[in-house]
Order: sequence, then structure tokens, then C-alpha cells
Amino acid sequence: MASENLTASGYIKHHLQNLTFGQHPDGSWGIAHGADEAAAMGFWAIHLDTMLFSIGLGIFFLWLFRKAAKKVSVDTPSGLQNFVEMMVEFVDTSVKESFHGRNRVIAPLALTIFVWIFLMNLMDLIPVDFIPHLATLAGIPYFRIVPTTDINATLGLSLSVFALIIFYSIKIKGVGGFTKELTLQPFNTPIMIPFNFVLEMVGLLAKPVSLALRLFGNLYAGELIFILIAILPWFAQWALSVPWAIFHILVITLQAFIFMMLTIVYLSMAHEDH
Amino acid sequence: MNINLTLIGQAISFAIFVWFCMKFVWPPVIAALEERSKKIADGLEAANRASRDLELAQEQATKTLRESKEQAAEIIEQANKRANQIIDEAKEQARTDGERLRDAAQAEIEQDVVRAREALRSQVSTLALIGAEKILGASVDEKAHSEIVEQLAKEL
Repeated sequence: MASENLTASGYIKHHLQNLTFGQHPDGSWGIAHGADEAAAMGFWAIHLDTMLFSIGLGIFFLWLFRKAAKKVSVDTPSGLQNFVEMMVEFVDTSVKESFHGRNRVIAPLALTIFVWIFLMNLMDLIPVDFIPHLATLAGIPYFRIVPTTDINATLGLSLSVFALIIFYSIKIKGVGGFTKELTLQPFNTPIMIPFNFVLEMVGLLAKPVSLALRLFGNLYAGELIFILIAILPWFAQWALSVPWAIFHILVITLQAFIFMMLTIVYLSMAHEDH
Repeated sequence: MNINLTLIGQAISFAIFVWFCMKFVWPPVIAALEERSKKIADGLEAANRASRDLELAQEQATKTLRESKEQAAEIIEQANKRANQIIDEAKEQARTDGERLRDAAQAEIEQDVVRAREALRSQVSTLALIGAEKILGASVDEKAHSEIVEQLAKEL
């Protein structure tokens, strides 16, 4: 950041700005230059960098596991197959321990969530300037490569999980059962129905919000600290950035695991018929 | 946004981080994977060995069974042979015994015949003598004619 025309706050702001595509207030479509322009676009704008990296990493995950699945053999697994089997086994064990219903969607869903979020988090370990610099050379003004530091991505994930929670709640318990669960708990008297409803609704809505904010908060904070470290003199950066990156190996794995486990637990709760 | 020394600083950090991962993060992961692979390989090998052992044992059992069957057949054959032998021996014995008995009986019969003939002859001579005596009426001297009579008896 030693350049004269860029202040520390400018640098940070630049790094926290997504590549936003949308309609400018004047009616023309294009990429927002700066946070103000992006904010002016309102809801109907899209973060191209988040989309590119999340979809790209998703495709990478599918391609990698598909490749292993196609060449799967009953002999001693080696290399990729061994790794993929280990991941599947790990997720399957987690699902079996926490989820007691019968549902063929849960385990593949959990595997996808874990590996995909892990891959998206992994982008955090790439030095903060590498890809943005390359993007600048290619004429792209902003580029954030960690989709999970974008609340749109995490909220999108958690809302999908939320939709599944609602779907399975109604499918297993029926509309009546689900309504009863929302209105007759914890106090099973007709007078308390409004109170119960408010309480249960808060609990229900807190699930997707907490899922999204937990992942976003952790990764955003991690990213921010990487950016702050990047402001230090170039010869001193490694002293802080290396320990933080090493610590971050734990964080990214843990956050992916927590998101997966909570998804399993929430869906398990949706399957419990009282 | 200019390219400056920050990039080099980050490159240094990244290099150290990658080195750290290679040194301390990668080996345990690889070791875990290898251990898993080895465990599966061992399991497969054990299963193979067990099935091979089973095959061998079955083969052994079949072989033993066949051998004992053969042995049993041999023993039965020997026993049969021995029985036949015993029967043959007994037959032979009976035959020789019978022959011996028959020979002895025949010899005795022959002896009896000879004896009877002898007795008959002597009685005939006596009878002839008595008859001649009666015919000639006491004139015959017993002593003088006994020679003739005996000769007669021998001719009979």
C-alpha cells in the first residue's frame, strides 16, 4: 500500500468491495465503481466475483468427486479415491450420529455443504493481493475471491437450508403438526398461543440468520485481519500473516464443519415427530 | 491500485505458509490417508488369505476322505480275499479228510473181504472133507488125505 494515491482506509475499502453488476441510478447497466455506486444499485445487483468463485468451486468439487466416483474400485483405494472415501465416510458418520430419521437427501447435502464451504473458505488463504492484482491487470476494478466473506453467499446457503427445514417439517409432521409445534410449545394452553407463536417464530428464524452470520462473521473478520496485515511494511508482514494463516486452517475447516453439523441437526429436528 | 512491495511481502508470507503446510500440515494428512489405505489393503489381504486357507482345507479334507475310502476298500478286499482263502482251505481240508476216510474204509473193507474169503476157504475145505468123509464112509484117513484136500481148498 506504499503508493501515494492510496490511503490505508482506501486500500481496505477497495478490498472489501465486491465486483457488483447492476443498474445505475441513471438507468444504464454496468459495473459499480466504488461502494457508493454499488449501494445505489439497490437489491437488483449481483456480485460477479462471488458468483464466479462460488459456482467455480462448486463445479470443481463436483468434478473432483465425480472423477473419483467414476473410477471407484473395490480394491485397495489409492490417491484421490482414498481421499474422497475418507471425506464421504467422515460426513456419513457425522450424519449417522446426529440424524436418526430416514432421508436420502441429508448425507449428500451435508457432504456438499462441507466440501463446498471448505473450498470457498480455502480461498481466504491465498494472499489478499494476488488475485485482485491480476484482476486489475485485466482491467477489473474490484475482485473478492472468498465467496463466504460475502453475506449474500452465506445467507443464500442458509436460506436454502431454511427452505429444507420448512419443507421437511411440513412433510413429516403435516401442516397441522407443524402449526401445533409453532403454537402449542412451550405452554400448551390456548391462551398462550400468541406468546408461543412469537417465541417459536423467533427460534425458527434465528436458525438461518445465525447460520449465515456465523460463517460470514468468521470469514469476514479473518479476511479483514489479512487485509490489515497487508498494510504493514512488506518485510514484516510474514511475522503476522503466517501465524494467522496457520490459525485460519483451523477456522475454515471448523466453520465448514459447524455449518454442516448445524444443518444436519436442524433437519433432524424438522424430522422429529412429537 | 499500483503494484508495489506489498505484493512481495505477501509472496514471502505465502511462501512461508506453503512451506509450513508442506512441513507440518501435509504429512499428517497423507499419513492418515496412507494408514487408511494400508488398513483396507490388510483387510483385503486377510480376507484373501482366509479364503485361500479355506480352499486348502477343503482340498485337504477331500483328499483325506478319498484316501480313507480307498483304504477302506482295500481292507474290505483283503478281508474278502482272506475269507475266500479260508473257505478254500477248509474245502481242501474237507476233501483230503474225506479222501483219507474213504481210503481207510476201503482198505478195511478189502481187509474184511480177504479175511472173509480166507475163513470161507478154510470152512469150504472142512466142509469138503466132511462131505468126502460122509461119501466114502470113514474109510478115509484124515491124515493121509488132508494134503489133497488142502490142495483142493487152495484151488477154490
